Amino acid sequence: MKHDHDHILVALAGQPNCGKSTIFNMITGARQHVANFPGVTVEKKSGAYKEDGDTVEIVDLPGTYSLTSYTQEERITRDFILLERPEVVVAVVDASNLERSLYLVFQLREMEVPMVLCLNMMDVAERRGIKINVNKLSAELGIPVIPTIGRKGLGRTELKNAIRRIAEETPHDAGDWKLDYGEELEPIVRNLMDQLQLCDHLTEDFPPRWLAVKLMENDAEARRLLLHHPHAENKITGQELNATVDEMRRDFTRTRKKSPEKIIAASRYRVAGEIVDRALDRKRDSRRTLTDKIDAVVLHRVLAPIILALILFVFYETTMVYGTKLADWAFPYIDSIKGPIIGLFPPSPDLLRDGLFQSMIIDGLVGGVISIVYYVPIFLVLFALIAVLEDTGYMARVAFIMDRVLRGFGLHGQSTLPLILGGVVVGGCAVPGVMATRAMKDEKARLVTILIMPLMNCLAKIPFYILMVGLFFAAYQGLILFAISVFSFMVALLIAKLFSRYLVTGESAPFVMELPPYHVPTISGVVRRAIERSWLFVKKIVTVVALVMIGVWFFVTFPGIGVEREVQYDQLLSQAETDLRTAVGPTNPYISYLQAESLPPLMHFMERYKHARRKAVGDPSSLQKVEASFLSQNRAMFLIANKGELPGGPVDRNALKVSKALKKFEKSVRKISRERRKELVRTSWAGRLGRLMEPVTQLAGFNWRINIAIISSFAAKESLVGTLGTIYSVEKGTGAGALSDSIREAESGWSILHGLAIIVFVALFPPCLATLIMIRHETGSTKWMLFASTYPIVLGFIVACLIFQVGHLII
Amino acid sequence: MTLNELTPGQACTVLDLHMEGEQLQRLMDLGFIEGTKIRMVRNAPLMDPLDVELRGYQVAIRRNEAAHVEVERA
Repeated sequence: MKHDHDHILVALAGQPNCGKSTIFNMITGARQHVANFPGVTVEKKSGAYKEDGDTVEIVDLPGTYSLTSYTQEERITRDFILLERPEVVVAVVDASNLERSLYLVFQLREMEVPMVLCLNMMDVAERRGIKINVNKLSAELGIPVIPTIGRKGLGRTELKNAIRRIAEETPHDAGDWKLDYGEELEPIVRNLMDQLQLCDHLTEDFPPRWLAVKLMENDAEARRLLLHHPHAENKITGQELNATVDEMRRDFTRTRKKSPEKIIAASRYRVAGEIVDRALDRKRDSRRTLTDKIDAVVLHRVLAPIILALILFVFYETTMVYGTKLADWAFPYIDSIKGPIIGLFPPSPDLLRDGLFQSMIIDGLVGGVISIVYYVPIFLVLFALIAVLEDTGYMARVAFIMDRVLRGFGLHGQSTLPLILGGVVVGGCAVPGVMATRAMKDEKARLVTILIMPLMNCLAKIPFYILMVGLFFAAYQGLILFAISVFSFMVALLIAKLFSRYLVTGESAPFVMELPPYHVPTISGVVRRAIERSWLFVKKIVTVVALVMIGVWFFVTFPGIGVEREVQYDQLLSQAETDLRTAVGPTNPYISYLQAESLPPLMHFMERYKHARRKAVGDPSSLQKVEASFLSQNRAMFLIANKGELPGGPVDRNALKVSKALKKFEKSVRKISRERRKELVRTSWAGRLGRLMEPVTQLAGFNWRINIAIISSFAAKESLVGTLGTIYSVEKGTGAGALSDSIREAESGWSILHGLAIIVFVALFPPCLATLIMIRHETGSTKWMLFASTYPIVLGFIVACLIFQVGHLII
Repeated sequence: MTLNELTPGQACTVLDLHMEGEQLQRLMDLGFIEGTKIRMVRNAPLMDPLDVELRGYQVAIRRNEAAHVEVERA
């Protein structure tokens, strides 16, 4: 019974480390889509392929050991199977770990869904001396069993064929497979099933035996199903059923001296053991595997911390040093999109001011997006390395080694990597740090880890540190940077302890974690994951950051300096123009190009010419082309722009004179424009707020200039130094030296205490916008996001005040 | 005796799990069932958690959780 062009929904389920994602990649190929399951932070990967005109959609469900309702992953898997009703569920199973895998397979089987068993990692099983009789296993379970080696792409066609075969089998025959829960429990399960039959809808919507077993397991979600199911015409209510379940469980525990869930789990393992005994032709031999040998070194009492430190050092070096190099290399290419966008706007007819809309798009939107996209190459390297650590199996060992230390502060062994990414050592990034907490199973420790992430030292704080340290502690640069990271980490640990004790409620999840055998990761798997996660970041962040960048731009640009001041700046400009014309002399043939209205097009022409030349530099033939093209556009302007030189011709003395005078003119225009810009910032809303806050921030020694810089750096901390540059009126692109000179000049009253207070405040400064969005995304809560953005300000300010005030008492 | 009292290299059999709820379920899901043979492989560098082997795979478990696993020396 096959219709034309069906849509077949297939779900992939399996335990962690069974190679499920390899199988997913193997059957879906490149057509993949990553999103989140609705309302939760668990990743939902789906992909599709076409076959005979039908679309087969594969959804990769989270890896789970079991199907209880204790964890989000398990609830998602269960709900997807029960509510979305996929045509086929493929259970991916680690062939070298058959017994434990069957424990999950049984639970899927009980949900009475059409199934295929994908017996993966056959090569690993073989290497470990395990030989599985596939036909026997299939007969025991009553479902098709397809052996695969996902890493090598073996078994792909067979698996697809089996999926198709099962999908076309309508109506699906669940077979009479049943797990035997033993003579103690079976009568009770049957009794409960009879009671459930009294609720018609319930047993129509859910497999009765599955529901009965889950109820005896005391599964909270199953209990809720009873209550929330319509029972108007039913002979028994949900409350009554729940009371019956309670009584049955109590009776059972009292008479058997064991809770039903213990019997249920034991029965599953008993049956799994029996099936393994019958279906295995040869069991694993007990010789030491390679994993044991590696662990003997890597988890050695003395060597373990040393090896961990080395690996983390290499990890950090590679990401922060080489990733940054890659980003610096890629940056000109990313930045080059600015050119064409600027080109979209007509050249400004005003030498002092860009068009408002242009300024918003270029300075606000494009600038904001570019400053974030700059980090993408770093993330690519970072995510690739994380994938390597995960795929090899070392990540679990990191947690194993570090757990004892971090647990004391309300954290978890699995917090190690997120914290390192966030910048325990100066120069991390909180965004991947927050993202990396996703692997943590302990929700409480995970939330605490996310919340202290703002206190880590992100990459964008570094230029500011360097500036401040250069100003106040030039002789001890390295030492102070080290002290900053030690200080902020200590504060972070303290805060973590406080949060986990007083703020974040909820039980810690039990710490039981598999230490999976080591694997050699596949390049394609690593690359795929790195790209996937980076893309997720770009998608999530860029739009929101762009919007807020516009907001910040608005805040530092408006309400403007008023018509009167603008007129004064215009007068300064006309004075400069007059000076220019005087310098050139009224008899110069090019004088007509130096009139007020003709100057902007001329300077725009020169700008474009300079830009085109710079691009063509080093290539004589294209340089010639550039010259010819600009010459043909306007001969006179070209002569001025080219310092009076005609290609191959004599030097035009008049044009050269104009060119020289223009250089001086340009300089004074820049100076006027800078003064105006400075005034604009000072009188902007951000500036006003900065002044308004001065009486309070003065307690920590911050004046309004620092306040403005801090306010404007909310969108991205990269702009901290840039804003200071604007405020202290430094020319763009002149480096940190000029800035620190002009700060020193403007703030001659500053002492070391000022510097210390500012550094400490920035060290504990709230996260940038991208991090806040990530926190919102990963905690699923706006409340936590707001909290994570405010507590560091309060904390940082209090500590800065303490330093400043107590310092003054001492000195 | 309980699982946390074993020294590296020693083996035991599970008698009972003295815990409930999520903790109980997690351990049972990972194969800590009455009668299961467990071998203590090693301690973490700071003596906690433990690395134990059962049913052909290795699991890390915190000392205070292992203290609720009643075992018998094999």
